[in-house]
Amino acid sequence: MISAHLPILQVIVPLIAAPLSAFCRRAGVAWYLSLVICAVSFAISIALLIQVLEEGHISYLLGSWAAPWGIEYRVDVVNAFVLMIISGIGTAVLPYARTSIAAEIEPHNQALFYTAYLLCLTGLLGMVITGDAFNAFVFLEISSLSTYALVALGAGTDRRALSAAYTYLVMGTIGATFFVIGIGLVYMMTGTLNMADLAARLQGLEHNRTVLVAFAFIVTGIGLKLALFPMHLWLPNAYAFAPSAVTVFLAATATKAAVYLLLRFLFTVFGIDYHILGLTMTWLFTPLALAAMFAASTVAIFQVELKRMLAYSSVAQIGYMVLGMSFLSVTGLTATIIHLFNHALMKGALFMVLGAIVLRQGAATFNTIRGLGRKMPWTMAAFVTGGLSLIGVPLTVGFVSKWYLVAAALESGRWPLAVLIVLSSLLAVIYVWRVVEAAYLEEPPADSKATEAPLSMLVPTWILIAANIYFGVDAGLTSRIASAGARLLLGVAQ
Amino acid sequence: MESVINMALLVFLAGTAFAILRRTTLFSVVMLSGVFSLVSAALLVHLDAVDVAFTEAAVGAGVSTVLMLSTLALTARHEAPGTRSRAIPLIVVFLTGLALVYGTLDMPRFGDPSAPVHQHVAPRYISATAHEIGMPNIVTAVLASYRGFDTLGEVTVIFTAGIAVLLLLAGTIREPTTATKITAMEHHLVLRVVTKVLIGPILLFALYVQFHGDYGPGGGFQAGVIFAAAFIIYALVFGLETAGNALPGRAVRILLALGVLIYSGTGVVSFFFNKNFLDYSVLGATAQAGQHIGIILVEFGVGMTVAAVMVSTFYAFAGQNPPIGDEEW
Repeated sequence: MISAHLPILQVIVPLIAAPLSAFCRRAGVAWYLSLVICAVSFAISIALLIQVLEEGHISYLLGSWAAPWGIEYRVDVVNAFVLMIISGIGTAVLPYARTSIAAEIEPHNQALFYTAYLLCLTGLLGMVITGDAFNAFVFLEISSLSTYALVALGAGTDRRALSAAYTYLVMGTIGATFFVIGIGLVYMMTGTLNMADLAARLQGLEHNRTVLVAFAFIVTGIGLKLALFPMHLWLPNAYAFAPSAVTVFLAATATKAAVYLLLRFLFTVFGIDYHILGLTMTWLFTPLALAAMFAASTVAIFQVELKRMLAYSSVAQIGYMVLGMSFLSVTGLTATIIHLFNHALMKGALFMVLGAIVLRQGAATFNTIRGLGRKMPWTMAAFVTGGLSLIGVPLTVGFVSKWYLVAAALESGRWPLAVLIVLSSLLAVIYVWRVVEAAYLEEPPADSKATEAPLSMLVPTWILIAANIYFGVDAGLTSRIASAGARLLLGVAQ
Repeated sequence: MESVINMALLVFLAGTAFAILRRTTLFSVVMLSGVFSLVSAALLVHLDAVDVAFTEAAVGAGVSTVLMLSTLALTARHEAPGTRSRAIPLIVVFLTGLALVYGTLDMPRFGDPSAPVHQHVAPRYISATAHEIGMPNIVTAVLASYRGFDTLGEVTVIFTAGIAVLLLLAGTIREPTTATKITAMEHHLVLRVVTKVLIGPILLFALYVQFHGDYGPGGGFQAGVIFAAAFIIYALVFGLETAGNALPGRAVRILLALGVLIYSGTGVVSFFFNKNFLDYSVLGATAQAGQHIGIILVEFGVGMTVAAVMVSTFYAFAGQNPPIGDEEW
C-alpha cells in the first residue's frame, strides 16, 4: 500500500521534517532527525529507481485530480536516477557535516542550519520528480531560497560569504524569472502546464514566435541556474565562501538538478523535432561548452584558494555535460546523464577533502596544504584519487564519462571535438598536480600541528572515493541506466 | 474605455519604474516601489484578478514597504555611485525587451475567448468546481485543491524565506532595553489612540478575509499579511517590547513551522484512507464536504505561516541596532 505513495513520499518526507526540525533547539537533535530523513529519502529513491527500471514510468496524481487539471508526478528512469544522486549525496554529506558545521557556523545557527538543509533537499527533489512545469518552478524557488541562506552562513568564518550569497540571489532570481516568463508564454499558447500535455499541444506550434521566445527564456533561465558559461559568474564565490559541507552538497547536487531540468524541457517538452533545437546545439551549446571547458579550467589553474579552484573546475565539468547533450545522439546524452552521477561522486569527494583541510588548517590554500601528505595522509590520498577521477584516468568514473563523450564526438564525425575533450583533460592534470606537488613534495612548516581529519569526515569521503573506483571499474549499471534515459529522452526504442 | 484604463495604468507603471531607476535617494525608491505595487494591484483588479490584486496590495504596497524602510534604517539612505560600466547590462536588458516584444507577435489577441488558455483546462475548472468542490470562488478551488500542491510549495517558499531571515538576522537581535521604548512612538498621542482603535477592526478583517476566501476574494495569503500588519503597526507605535509581550518571538517561531505542518498534515490524512496525497474528499461525509473542510484547513495553515513569517521578519529587522540615530530621521 505504501509503495503506491512512494513518489510523493520522496518529497514530503523531507518537506514535513523541515518544519519539525525547526522546533529542535539543539543542533544535535536536528542533525539526527535530518540524517534519518535523508536516509529514508535515499531508500525511497532507490526503490523508485528499481521500480521504473522494471516497470517503466510511474505517474502519481496529487489530490487524485487527473492531469492536466491537477499536478502529476511522473517518475521515469531519467529523473529516478537524478533523485537517487541528490538524496544519496544528501545522506552522505550529513555524517560529515556535523563536525564541519560545528566548526564553521555560529552556534546559535546550527540547529536551524539543518532546517535549511532539509528545505534545500526538498526543493531539489521536488523540481526533479514533478511532471508539471509550474510545480518545477515552485520547488526550484524552495531550493534557491534555502541555498542563498546556506551560502550566506559561511559568514561565520568569512564575511565575504554575504556578498557571494547576495550575488547568487540576484543572478538566481533573474534566472528563475526568465524561467517562469518562459513557462507563462507556453501556458499562454497551450493552456496547460503539464509537461507531457505541453509536449503534445506544442505540436503544430513549431513556428509560433511566442513559443520561440518561450524556448529562449526557458533555456536562458535554466542556463543561469546551471552556471552555463558565461553565466557562471555567481558560482565560484558561492562555492568558495559557503560552509564546506554546503559546498559539498551544492557542488554535487544543485547544478545536476538544473541540468536535468534543461534536459527535460529540451527533450520532453519541446522535443527532438523542435526546429531550432539543432541550431541551438550547434551554434550555442557546443561553443559555450568548449569555452567553459577551456576558459574555466585555465582560470582554475591560477587559483590560490582550493575551493575556488574546484569551483572553476565545476564550471568546466558542466561544459562536458552540455557538450554531451549538444550531439543530440544517444551516446551524447548517455555521456551527459552518466556524468551527472560521476561528477557528483568526484566533486563531492574532492570538496569533502577541502572541508577536512579547512577544519584542521582554518583554510584550504596552497599555503596551508604544504606537506599535508604526511600530516593528513588519508585525506590527501582521497584528494589524489578524486583528482585522478576528475582528470579521467582509467578505472575511475571520470574515465567512463570521457569515454562516452569522446565516443559521441567520433560517432558524429566531429573528431576535432574528441581531440579538444582530451586536451581539456590535460588542463585538469595541471591543477590537480599543483595540489599534489604542494601536499607531497613540499616540506610542512616546522610549527605545523595539523592532524588527520576525524573519522566522521574521512568515512563519508572514502565512501565517495570508493564509489568513484567501483563505478569506474564496473560501469555496467550506471551506463545501462544512462543509456536507457538517453533513449527515453530522444524517443528511441529501447 | 476598458483599454484606456489599462493603458493609463500601464503608463503609470512604466513611469514609476523609470522614476525608481533615476532616483538615488533610497527613501523615495522604497516609496515609489510601494506606488508601483499599488498601481499593479489596480491593474490586476481591472483585469478581474482580484485575489492576486489583494495579495499585491497587502504584500507589495504594505508589508514589504515597511520591511524596506526598516532595512534603510539599518543601512544607508543614499545609493552608492556605481563603479561598473552600464553598457553591457543595458544591452542585455534591451535585447530581453526586444525578445519579449517579438514574442507578442503571435500571441492571441488580448481577451480573445478562443485563446488556448480559455479552451483547455480552464473550462473544466469553471464547469466542475460547482459540483466537485462546491464553492463559488473558482480561484480558491484551483489554488487550494486542483493545484493545491503548488500552494503547499508556495507556503514552503515563504517558510524558507522566514528561516533564511532567522538564520541571517536572529543572532544579532539586541535585548530589549530602555532604548527600545524611546524609539517607539509612544509619545505621539494621536497615533496611539488611532492605532488602538484600528487594531481591533484590522484583526477582525483579517479573520473575515481568512474564512471568506471560499466565497469572495481572499484566503490565507492575504489574511496572513493583514494579520501581521496589525502586529507590525502595534510594534511600531508601542515598541517592540510591548509587541513582544503580546506575541513573543518564540511563539512566532512555532507558528511559522506549525502552518506548514497543518497544510501538509491535511494532505497526509488521505493516506490513511488509501487515497492520494492532498485528496481532501476523505475528510467529510461526502466528497464535496471533504473538499470544503480540506480547503478551510489548508488555508488556515497558509494564513498562520504567512503571518508568522511577516511578524518574525519584522521583529528580526526592528530588533537590530540602528547605526543611524533616530533624530536623523
